[in-house]
Amino acid sequence: MFEAVLLTVITAATPLLIAAIGELVVERSGVLNLGVEGMMIMGAVVGFGAANLTGSGTVGALAAILAGMGMSAIFGLLVLYLATNQVATGLALTILGLGLSGLIGEAFIGVPGLKLPRLEIAGLSDIPFFGPVVFNQDALVYVGLGLVAIVSYVLFRTRAGLILRAVGDNHGSAHALGYSVLKVRFLAVLFGGGCAGLAGGYMSLAYTPQWVENMTAGRGWIALALVVFASWLPVRVVAGAYLFGAVTVLTFHAQAQGLGIPSQFLSSLPYLATIVVLVIISANRRLTLVNTPACLGKPFVPDR
Amino acid sequence: MKNLLKAAVAAVALTAAVGSAQAADVKACWIYVGPVGDFGWSYQHDQGRQEAVAQFGDKLETAYLESVPEGPDAERAIERFAREGCNIIFTTSFGYMNPTLKVAAKYPDVKFEHATGYKTADNVATYNSKFHEGRYIIGQIAAKMSKTGTAGYITSFPIPEVISGINAFMLGAQTVNPDFKVKVVWANTWFDPAKEADAAKALADQGVDIMVQHTDSTAPLQVAQERGLHGFGQASDMIAFAPEAQYTAIVDEWGPYYIHRIQAVLDGTWKSEQTWDGIAEGHVKMAPYTNLPDDVVAMAKETEAKIAGGFEPFTGPIYDQAGELKAAEGVTLDDGAILGMNWYVKGVDDKLPN
Repeated sequence: MFEAVLLTVITAATPLLIAAIGELVVERSGVLNLGVEGMMIMGAVVGFGAANLTGSGTVGALAAILAGMGMSAIFGLLVLYLATNQVATGLALTILGLGLSGLIGEAFIGVPGLKLPRLEIAGLSDIPFFGPVVFNQDALVYVGLGLVAIVSYVLFRTRAGLILRAVGDNHGSAHALGYSVLKVRFLAVLFGGGCAGLAGGYMSLAYTPQWVENMTAGRGWIALALVVFASWLPVRVVAGAYLFGAVTVLTFHAQAQGLGIPSQFLSSLPYLATIVVLVIISANRRLTLVNTPACLGKPFVPDR
Repeated sequence: MKNLLKAAVAAVALTAAVGSAQAADVKACWIYVGPVGDFGWSYQHDQGRQEAVAQFGDKLETAYLESVPEGPDAERAIERFAREGCNIIFTTSFGYMNPTLKVAAKYPDVKFEHATGYKTADNVATYNSKFHEGRYIIGQIAAKMSKTGTAGYITSFPIPEVISGINAFMLGAQTVNPDFKVKVVWANTWFDPAKEADAAKALADQGVDIMVQHTDSTAPLQVAQERGLHGFGQASDMIAFAPEAQYTAIVDEWGPYYIHRIQAVLDGTWKSEQTWDGIAEGHVKMAPYTNLPDDVVAMAKETEAKIAGGFEPFTGPIYDQAGELKAAEGVTLDDGAILGMNWYVKGVDDKLPN
């Protein structure tokens, strides 16, 4: 029973995790991209379409990444090189993605999708309890966790990560030191877009293998909240995503068990949990300030 | 100057376009709660709209707005249609009831049709289908086929339509197995595939082997398929998504009603009415029975024929959860009691959210 619950929690958390870790990198570079939902939904539709046309889940996942990157490239060009307002452009990106995906996806409505195969590791998957939970997930679950490890390592243990954080904390100084602020940010935005696209692809390829309009249903916004929730630290993104997934899944178990708690209250629990943790985190000012990118959302226009 | 000229030309072109659009005899407009691509509730309404377009051709102009949230946004959307010259506006979700009445009071010349509600006005008619007839049939099938004797039921919101559906399902199931159990889970959404899938997985993990849904996406059936369980499609035939899992589906057919009502507007005979049709009139259809043994198919078809012949699933004796008699032996609940249902029948193991 516990094992089964854990399995579903992991599936529920994975799209949030992948999208949030991408957005974390973007925000660490000082850019606020509110278009995660739009990039996710584009990833979902393009990933589904590509997988259906080629019959390959891998091609679908790659196409989803490219779709997310394409969307984020538009965003990057606008906010970085034309210095448009980041909040407004991000919101516009979401609306564009929702509309455009509906248009592209028209042909795929009512078409059942491919189910990504589970990665069964001979021998390991048969270990009681640990086997199915740890070694019998679809491949993207591992990709998500791998991404967190890589991002965590690169951000805090490599020179590239140092430059990225410098650009996000003080773009003036980074520029003075000779780093190309806009180039670094553009690459970060592309990475974030790729992750959001993959997260969307996970929805339409592994989670619920089908395409329906608006199927991400607001998960892009939750991913955005998770980044703040995690106070811009990768490991905490994992904790946040799993907490969120767990609360969602457990509300249904509580209902099916007939615990008699009002379902509306249970439905709002994940959001209440987010708010509570946000309050706890922001109460500790020192902690928040250490990790918040100081230049978050501020446009950078090089003077020469 | 040149720009001014261009603008003038554009303006003339625009009025010409509007003029030609008004050449249709009647303009009918729809408000959908979900995307037309949900392959469930809104999809079926849009299929009905397309049937009307095919029927009337040039005489009919249509427009629709999809994914309109229930609430203040709905009122704005409906009012926009009323202002834009729609002659008849179909608002296709329960939550549009009060916004529809509010706008209707302001536009007495426009006809309004609200689906699944119960309030009418001189220019507001209501229409609904007797989905509970289909749910009675699937209840019987579920009780026949379930090995664990427990079905999972994923629901949206505690409104009469949903509650009467659960009750009809249980009454049907109890004709086969008086001890049949149902686990009701409220997703508090009409459409969120991933959340519906989570609900279905939770139910599967708790040991149900039949999945029933009153939410609009195909996700719960897909979970049933993946877990080797069985279930029923909602609003449209979802067999493509669950070829081995779907027993049947309760299919909504709105086309004939839309054609009938638009014709009434054209003829000038439109009146405010409360239409509530079911299997007998073809507004509710059962998708082909699949993955079932012959005797169960025969039973389902027999019940279907009985309902088409006038049998009402809400025929007594019916007891509520507290054991109080709601309808005596042979007595049928009246339409008002079914359309306003806010209590569970005996045997439903859930507390109604209020």
